[in-house]
Amino acid sequence: MHTFAFIRPADAAAAVAAAAQANTAQQGADVRFVAGGTTLLDLMKLNVETPARVIDINRLPLDTIEAMPDGGLQIGATVRNSALAHHPIVQRDYAVLSQAILAGASAQLRNMATTAGNLLQRTRCVYFRDTAMPCNKREPGTGCPAITGSNRTLAILGASEHCIATNPSDMCVAMAALEATIHVQGPNGSRAIPIGDFHLLPGSTPHRETVLEPGDLIVHVTLPRPIAGSKQVYLKLRDRASYEFALASAAIVLTIAGGKVTQARIALGGVGTKPWRSPEAEAALLGKSADAANFRQAAEASMRNAKPQSENKFKIELATRCLAHALHMAATS
Amino acid sequence: MNSAAGEKTMQATDVPFDMTITLTVNGEPQAITVDVRTSLLDLLRERLQLTGTKKGCDHGQCGACTVHVNGRRVTACLTLAVMHDGDEITTIEGLGTPDNLHPMQAAFVACDAYQCGYCTSGQIMSAVALLQEPCGPDDAAVKELMSGNICRCGAYANIVAAIQHVRNNA
Repeated sequence: MHTFAFIRPADAAAAVAAAAQANTAQQGADVRFVAGGTTLLDLMKLNVETPARVIDINRLPLDTIEAMPDGGLQIGATVRNSALAHHPIVQRDYAVLSQAILAGASAQLRNMATTAGNLLQRTRCVYFRDTAMPCNKREPGTGCPAITGSNRTLAILGASEHCIATNPSDMCVAMAALEATIHVQGPNGSRAIPIGDFHLLPGSTPHRETVLEPGDLIVHVTLPRPIAGSKQVYLKLRDRASYEFALASAAIVLTIAGGKVTQARIALGGVGTKPWRSPEAEAALLGKSADAANFRQAAEASMRNAKPQSENKFKIELATRCLAHALHMAATS
Repeated sequence: MNSAAGEKTMQATDVPFDMTITLTVNGEPQAITVDVRTSLLDLLRERLQLTGTKKGCDHGQCGACTVHVNGRRVTACLTLAVMHDGDEITTIEGLGTPDNLHPMQAAFVACDAYQCGYCTSGQIMSAVALLQEPCGPDDAAVKELMSGNICRCGAYANIVAAIQHVRNNA
């Protein structure tokens, strides 16, 4: 591991000021915030991340979960994933988020990993993690060996000719279905970013994964007031029963009245280059009977633009069945 | 290694690469100066000679390095020692003694919950933490919450039995 300066800022403003000197907030950043460390230290050991400065934000007062006056929920940046998943309000009103978090990683990692860190979780693409290999995300312009190589676990939605890396997060998929907002404190003040706008498609700049700029510190995430009577499900399919990344997953927030779907928010994991909201599936369901045929049709709509790679064509049918079954689970819950 | 972005390359020599931290390990206060790159795992094993905690993958994937930080289980390989200034650390050496085993250690012996033993300290630290976590009564719930601890000998069935023995006799 390359050496670095370890900085413990007195407050969020000092953290922002220290990070504002960075060359970038994206791949290649020479300044990084650390909270849980489960992604950053892993990648620093691999020399995929080589920051000259690491800013420890664990002592900042960003570790609370608070009910908001508008009925929503505010989740601090350094709230541990385990604390978030087991919080009584989350379990009661945002069950899909609790289920998604508990479907990810291990108990130890969930005790370490944080809200903000999970938002910034990096891909598990083997070429990204191996500095002996070319990778447009790690070193722009070097190429993408995954496209002709090992791509069984990689993305079928949102990919480009430059990068097909999957976003690995479960938490973000649930947050996409819940329409979370990410609150950032930066050198020029604070701003709020809808989760759908937070992660970027790879396009021709796969090293840019989010809209964050140097000095931007995620301070908390807010969830809107829960949808009354909504049925929520997170279903994750993977190669092992536990402790494995998704091949396909689905987060569902559904309301049904008189046998018909009145509201549907659907996001997919394991298949996209970013947490993948599916307006196609939502539109296909709205106003329709909550039955198996319509669930299958909506699930097929979510895969309409899917483009498989050499090893992962199976993901189209897997993700279709995953979403159809998740809708069935939600409707019958 | 990274050329992704790069007009300004920062020189960080104005901040020292060693730091002195104080932390409590198995009830004993420690003040120690470490290279900032030192993982909590390497601090325990290489500086404090607490070699009961094992290094397996060094990437948070195997669970052999599981210890408790302020009572919660973590993988000591994926956290820096300097992130634990003021924290309370418990390792397998702080759990019981050969003459006075922790009930979980005794249950692992009684249930033959290991073969080579390399993963065992991590398994036991995980299992002891699990006792304080939300966990359903059945074996499936235990297996789910123990999935972060890999056993290459495949002693899983007896590990689950040992944990259920302790839970059912608590």
